[in-house]
Amino acid sequence: MTKVLVLVEHDNASVKDATLAAVTAAGQLGEVTALVAGANCDGAAQAAAQIAGVAKVLKADDASLDNALAENVAPLVAGLMADYDAFVAPATTTGKNVAPRVAALLDVMQISDILSVEGPRTFTRPIYAGNAIATVESSDAKLVITVRGTAFAKAATSGGNASVETVSATADSGLSSFVSAEIAKSERPELTSAKIIVSGGRALKDAATFEQIITPLADKLGAGIGASRAAVDAGYVPNDYQVGQTGKIVAPEVYIAVGISGAIQHLAGMKDSKTIIAINKDEDAPIFQVADIGLVGDLFTLVPELTGKL
Amino acid sequence: MQALVCVKRVIDYNVKPRVKADGTGVDLANVKMSMNPFDEIAVEEAIRLKEKGVVTEIVAVSVGVAKSQETLRTALAMGADRAILVQVDDGVEVEPLAVAKIIKGIADEEAPGLIITGKQAIDDDSNQVGQMVAALLGRPQGTFANEVSVEGDAVVVKREIDGGLQTVKLALPAVVTTDLRLNEPRYASLPNIMKAKSKPLANKTPADYGVDIAPRLRTLKVTEPPVRSAGIKVPDVDALVAKLKELGVA
Repeated sequence: MTKVLVLVEHDNASVKDATLAAVTAAGQLGEVTALVAGANCDGAAQAAAQIAGVAKVLKADDASLDNALAENVAPLVAGLMADYDAFVAPATTTGKNVAPRVAALLDVMQISDILSVEGPRTFTRPIYAGNAIATVESSDAKLVITVRGTAFAKAATSGGNASVETVSATADSGLSSFVSAEIAKSERPELTSAKIIVSGGRALKDAATFEQIITPLADKLGAGIGASRAAVDAGYVPNDYQVGQTGKIVAPEVYIAVGISGAIQHLAGMKDSKTIIAINKDEDAPIFQVADIGLVGDLFTLVPELTGKL
Repeated sequence: MQALVCVKRVIDYNVKPRVKADGTGVDLANVKMSMNPFDEIAVEEAIRLKEKGVVTEIVAVSVGVAKSQETLRTALAMGADRAILVQVDDGVEVEPLAVAKIIKGIADEEAPGLIITGKQAIDDDSNQVGQMVAALLGRPQGTFANEVSVEGDAVVVKREIDGGLQTVKLALPAVVTTDLRLNEPRYASLPNIMKAKSKPLANKTPADYGVDIAPRLRTLKVTEPPVRSAGIKVPDVDALVAKLKELGVA
C-alpha cells in the first residue's frame, strides 16, 4: 500500500481548508498520514485526526516549527519520508514554500499544482497560466506533489478517528526567524473557499472607489472580495486579494468580475468558477468570452443599482 | 557582496500560448520570447541593492538554449555586470531540480551573498527553483518577496502569503524569490543596450557542474484546457437580478 504524508496547513488551533483538498488527492494515491508541524499545535492535530480519510496524524510540536519556516519544516519532512512513498502539500503559499525544499532534499522533481491523479505516478497539471494541461509521469523513487485546492473535493472535517502520534522536530536550523505578520482580519469568507466572489479591476479608479462600489455588493451577497493584478498593483486593495496565475486560484459558484478586462493571467485564476458574471463598459473585453452572463455598461451606475435591487 | 540573479527565457507575457496539434507541447515556433517577468523583478532588485551600495557585483545566470543569451544581454543592459549561460541543445528543457543543481554549482564557485530569482516562470508555472537552490546549499529562503532589505549579515524579507504579509529574517547567504510588487523593473536605455554587448558572458554546459539534466518527469501529452464558451449578455440590471435569482444567490 502506498503511504502518503500530507502537510497540514493550520494555525496551531485549527486546520485550514486547503488541507482538505490535499487529503482527497492523497487518498487517491494511498493511505494518508497527516503531518501537523507547529508550536502548541495540539488543537490542529486533534482537528486533523477528525478529517475523513486520515489514517494517522503525526504531531511535531516545537517552538522552531511555529509559522511553518521552511528551513525547519523541510528537514523534518525529509526525515519522515524514509517511511513514506509520497509527500503531498496544498498549493498554498505555505505548501509552495516548503514542498520544493523537501523535494530537493530528497533529490526528487516535484509535481506542482496537480489537477488530477491519473495513475500511481501520473498526474495532470496546468502550464502556461492554465492555457495548456500537461499529463506527466514521474520516474522518481518518491513523489513530492502540491495540490490545486479547487481541483479536488474537500475531505469532510469529521468522521475520521485517527490516532495522534508525536514525532520530534529536527534541531532549529538557526538560518531563519519569524519577525512579524500582517494578516488582514475579516469577517468575509476566504477567497479560496468563498461560494460567491465579487472582484474588481483597474476601472475602479482608486481605493476609496473600490471600497464604495465593490464592498456593498459583496456585503449584500455574503461574498469574498477579489481583484485583478492591475487593481492590486495600483494599491486599491492588498496583495492577498489578487486572483490570477500567480495570485489565488479560485473556483466559486459565482464569480462577478467588475471592471476587469480579462487578461489571460487573470482568467487563469478564475475560469473554473461555476458561473462567471462580467460587468464592463467595453463590450469587446476578453472577459465576455468566458462570462456566462455579461452586462455592458458603466459600472459606476450599474453596480450600485444592482446592489440596491438585490 | 555579490548577487547572483537567475533568469529564464520564456514565452512573452502578452502572447497567448497555443497547444501543438500533436499534443506534444506548446508551439513556440515564431513566438515572441522575453525574460520571465518575475526574473526581471529579480534583476531590478539586485540593481537597486547595488545602487544602495549593498551589492558590489551582479552576475546573471541562465540555463537554457543558445538564444537565452539574448535574455542575459537584457539583464546586462539593465545593469548586471557579467553573465553565465549554461547552454543546452535546442529543444531541450531542463527541469527545476536540474536547474537548481546547476545554480548550486555556480554558487559554489561564485560564493554570492544573495541569490535572487523569480518565484515562478510563466511557462511551466512550477515555482520550485529558488526553494530547491536554498535546500541544496543548506541556506535560508525568502520566497514571494514583497520587500527586501539587507541589515548587516542578514536579509529581512517581507513575503506575500495567502492571508497577507509575513516578515522573516534570514542569515546571509540567502535565496530570495520575487513576487510582483517587489519593484517595477526599469527599461534598458539604448546606450546601456550597446554597452551590454561588450560585457563578459561565459559559456558553460551542465556537465561543467557535473549535473545530469535527464528529466525525471515524462510529459505524456499536452492538451487544451476545457474551453469555456461565451454565454449571454443581459440588457439591464433587472435582467441580471433575475438571472442571479435563478442561480439562487439573490
